[in-house]
Amino acid sequence: MSSVKTKRDVLGTSSLRPDGGAKVKGDFAFTSDLHAENMLWGATLRSPHPHARIVSIDTTAAWKIAGVECIVTADDVPGQLTYGLISSDQPVFAKDVVRYMGEPIAAVAADHPETCRRALAAITVVYEVLPVLFDPELAIGDDFEPIHPDGNLIRQQRIVHGDTSVVGDVIVEGHYVIGMQDQAFLGTESALALPDADGQGVEVFVATQWLHEDQKQMAACLNLPTERVRLVLGGVGGAFGAREDISLQVHTALLALRTSRPVKMQYGREESFFGHVHRHPATVWMRHHATNEGKIVKIEARFVFDGGAYASTSAAVLINGVTHTQGPYKCPVAVVDGYAVRTNNPPCGAMRGFGVVQACFAHEGQMDKLAAAVGTDPVSIRLMNAMETGDLLITGQPVESVAPVARLIRETNEIPLPPDLAIDANELDLPGGSGITAERKHIRRGIGWGVSIKNIMYSEGFDDYSTARCTLSDGKVVLKFATSEVGQGFVTLAPQIARSVLGVTDAVCDTIDTQIGSAGSTSASRQTWMSGGAVDGACRLVRERLFELVGAQQNIEPIRFAIEDDEIVDTAGTFRMSVIEASQGITISETFEHHHRKTEELDENGQGNCHVAFAFVAHRAVVDVDPELGLVKVVQIATAQDVGQVLNPLSVLGQIEGGIAQGLGLAVMEEIIVQEGRVRNPSFTDYLLPTALDAPVVVARMIEEYEPQAPLGAKGVGEPPCISVTPAIVAAIRDAIGKDIDRCPVRPQDICL
Amino acid sequence: MPVLIAHTISEATEILAENPDATILNGGTDLMVEVNFNHRHPSSVLLLRNVPQLREWSIDSSQQTITIGAGVPYAAMETGAIAAAVPALAQAARTVGSPQIRAAGTMGGNLGTCSPAGDTLPVLSALEATIHLSSQDGERTVPFGEFMVGPKKNSRLQHEIITAVTLPVTGNRQGYSKVGVRNAMVISVASACFAIVDDTPRLAMGSVGPTILRAVKAEKFLAEATKDLDNISDEIAREFGEIASTEARPIDDHRSTAQYRAHAIKVLASRLAVRGTAS
Amino acid sequence: MSTNEFYSLKVNGVDHHVSDAWIGESLLYVLRERLGLPGSKGACEQGECGSCTVFIDGAAVCSCLVMAASAVESEIATVEGLNADGTLTDVQEAFVTEGAVQCGFCTPGLVMAVHHLLDENDSPSELEVKEALSGNICRCTGYGRIFAAVDKVVAVRRGALS
Repeated sequence: MSSVKTKRDVLGTSSLRPDGGAKVKGDFAFTSDLHAENMLWGATLRSPHPHARIVSIDTTAAWKIAGVECIVTADDVPGQLTYGLISSDQPVFAKDVVRYMGEPIAAVAADHPETCRRALAAITVVYEVLPVLFDPELAIGDDFEPIHPDGNLIRQQRIVHGDTSVVGDVIVEGHYVIGMQDQAFLGTESALALPDADGQGVEVFVATQWLHEDQKQMAACLNLPTERVRLVLGGVGGAFGAREDISLQVHTALLALRTSRPVKMQYGREESFFGHVHRHPATVWMRHHATNEGKIVKIEARFVFDGGAYASTSAAVLINGVTHTQGPYKCPVAVVDGYAVRTNNPPCGAMRGFGVVQACFAHEGQMDKLAAAVGTDPVSIRLMNAMETGDLLITGQPVESVAPVARLIRETNEIPLPPDLAIDANELDLPGGSGITAERKHIRRGIGWGVSIKNIMYSEGFDDYSTARCTLSDGKVVLKFATSEVGQGFVTLAPQIARSVLGVTDAVCDTIDTQIGSAGSTSASRQTWMSGGAVDGACRLVRERLFELVGAQQNIEPIRFAIEDDEIVDTAGTFRMSVIEASQGITISETFEHHHRKTEELDENGQGNCHVAFAFVAHRAVVDVDPELGLVKVVQIATAQDVGQVLNPLSVLGQIEGGIAQGLGLAVMEEIIVQEGRVRNPSFTDYLLPTALDAPVVVARMIEEYEPQAPLGAKGVGEPPCISVTPAIVAAIRDAIGKDIDRCPVRPQDICL
Repeated sequence: MPVLIAHTISEATEILAENPDATILNGGTDLMVEVNFNHRHPSSVLLLRNVPQLREWSIDSSQQTITIGAGVPYAAMETGAIAAAVPALAQAARTVGSPQIRAAGTMGGNLGTCSPAGDTLPVLSALEATIHLSSQDGERTVPFGEFMVGPKKNSRLQHEIITAVTLPVTGNRQGYSKVGVRNAMVISVASACFAIVDDTPRLAMGSVGPTILRAVKAEKFLAEATKDLDNISDEIAREFGEIASTEARPIDDHRSTAQYRAHAIKVLASRLAVRGTAS
Repeated sequence: MSTNEFYSLKVNGVDHHVSDAWIGESLLYVLRERLGLPGSKGACEQGECGSCTVFIDGAAVCSCLVMAASAVESEIATVEGLNADGTLTDVQEAFVTEGAVQCGFCTPGLVMAVHHLLDENDSPSELEVKEALSGNICRCTGYGRIFAAVDKVVAVRRGALS
């Protein structure tokens, strides 16, 4: 007898977001939507100077304003005065010196945001302005007085690999500049802190990428035991790396503890630009040596990453940059020098692509130069050098991941080009859009390529893990983890895993908080692999226990059981029982910690197996350019991405299209403009994000090759889409106008002047 | 009551006479940005949005003019009869901010703010629009060239409200172009309006000086270079653009460079001169 | 701080009373913080993102740029008012099924913008859709699935009509 089964959203289906309904109705509670009885508002006083000595801070007048309940400065920080992800070098509040424009100096709590603004205006800070270190090159040597006790050089890494005396038949060289990009998540920083009744603890709802890391840093600064700082993930309006560092967490908790009242802080857009780290601006020099045919024989390179005033993750960004010098290509010899430096510019840290974006912009520019030098085309030069599984990186690490680079290039190349721009094209289809700056005859089309390799998960010996608990009861599964859902869709994926492993239909996610072990950060394209692995592991443990129970009842060896659809079946007999029935009246709960394989630190020559795994992607961009005005319209992006196993096609497509838009932004419009340490465009009027009219047609192919190292066979898909699309677009602009361009974003004057 | 709501123009001028410090609010798309960013703290506000008269427009076919109320939102200028009467204004209105901004923002606001990057202002300059002002003392009109006196400065007196703008209806030989780094919702880096009025070429330039600039030398050159303004050669158009660019007075800022802005004016002017013609 | 002693706003057909408000408060702030209607989101405070889109007297505008006390004579509609019975509108449904939602912060504003577009134009061209949505920034999706959601609604409505 066959029964009609309802389709279950298992792995491989386009299961829909469980929070989708709430989000479209406006019911979903973002952190900024939270309220508490008797709540105060918090706000931050920030430095107007990029570098200055603080002579005095006078809060007297501000205290007198009606409605002001609390003002705190560095003197009020009860614990550690600094925090930081890798090194604790950033003050909770600047005390003696401010090192970047926008550095926090004090925070106030008051009854209304406007009272807060008035209180901030009433605080008098006397500064003695100091010389500004804004040129990263000056930070490398001893030319500039250290601006921080830890010095101006955050990290230096050299890579020397192979017989460095080799000289190529053909040599191409380029200097590349990558501008400072902002993550520009839409939901600005926000937190709500609720003090415990005894004043010895605090509960904080916060939008973050890594609850446990925030908890650790907050507890140290607040001088509280870790367990008395309880974090709950408030709804997160995007992240893209910008929520990996602490921003308002300590400030909000401190104000709540001092006032014994709930305190909410929320940055406006302008403050958000000063409140989080950005993508590192970088300069990259590369010299490629190749045979006459175009095979790479050696790469020399030098990277300078401007880390801004505090270290954040600069040290790791640098390692990602230098270790990805070669791109997804074979390279037997390399000499690379990399520097991450401290300046009085805005602090920089994590952003989607994490150091690889900068390397890729340079190596892809080099590949096109190489193609031109040996008289071949962009596709052939890349195919000729394409990396394969088993190849050695310039760090000496073998690439064990699936590495279908040549296939990605070929499949991208098979995607049909878009039709020619029509003779009577609508102005909205032309560069310049509704500004009606051009007619069809002014426009030239170009095609460009970008291919990339990206390490996924953490590197350099970090013991990275994620924790999850699966509880099965009456046919229903509840999953508990601390994995930050920032929009990427882990709350969709986790129940899919449970349905696949356990044969259930009803699987939900519990509150995401610190009441379970760490999940690590939602970054480095790692959560599908790491937290997916943890959920999978926990579900498998529960399944084992269920099989044991049913086996004991039915007198069948548990090893003979398997889950088939929603049933437990005896693979060596006829017994079948639905999982719902089998789990009636019982509760099975198991916790699993997933660790990835060990990695190593690099030695002084940059050698070592420092990365866990790699993902690859190819992009082909078609652009229309108005060469006289320097305006660009990106027409089409064709892409083939190495994704391992596809677990949710709709989610993967969303990551691909979203990443491409961010890479497009870096290619042609997004840049934080900093002049002598001063941010000139901290608003959405002047920091331009791609709109619906800037979005190209995206034609994507997901290249499925099961990744044996990954718990679910799936690679992380978040970062690759945004990495090589930027150089592909810039290459297409070069192709359209026949002129070299060595920076991104490309500005109109770079094209036409 | 710090928000003072007028329903007629005379009510508005009366309120303003009694509350000379009141900040005038219509669509809110300029003022509220300043308030939200803590740059302005109005103590009282005169709301004009609910004055139906300000949302009216009319065409005077005997005079060949169109008068557009200061409260007409940009969205209403993008299509329909206003667009047919003043195509360059429709083109300019369409480039203002986002659809949401165009639904709220008004020409009165563009004039009240008088930013050198105000999108409709080059059209008002090229077409030599007349600005209508009203106060308890009566009504007066000011030519646009005398209205905008500096960056974010105009000759409206404190007790006056801007009620309307009158523009000539001159036919279709007019056009507007605006350069921005994004294909929508972008502040102008350089803009220009070209129009032929009474067989005379006119060119006004935005975002390249403290006020909207008229390219008088370029206009003169073009008038003398050809009698057939519907058939301007590429060579003449190019020279026209080059002269116009020498009349621009752009600056470097975070949005662009002076050099690029001057270059953009050259290109826009020469393209506008031949836009819609056979060449 | 100047306050308006008292004013009323008509939101989603219901009169709401506001007291002791500061004059500079935007409609967005008042909706979210005073009237308990947090569905409209704020992300730029200057009309450059569309997250706070509401309808005022039928026009889709940014509520961050509306002085709240100036809207006393207007009909205001927010995302909370789209479907009083709690079910999803066809636009909301399509956003969920077509993958147009990731972090969801821009979503209420986009849902409002799409409703407004399709109310005015039941069969928009691709470029009309893009222009109509060009004031709503989405940082997660790259817009592809949002366009797909609009296409779906147009197709379903057309099918329902024919």
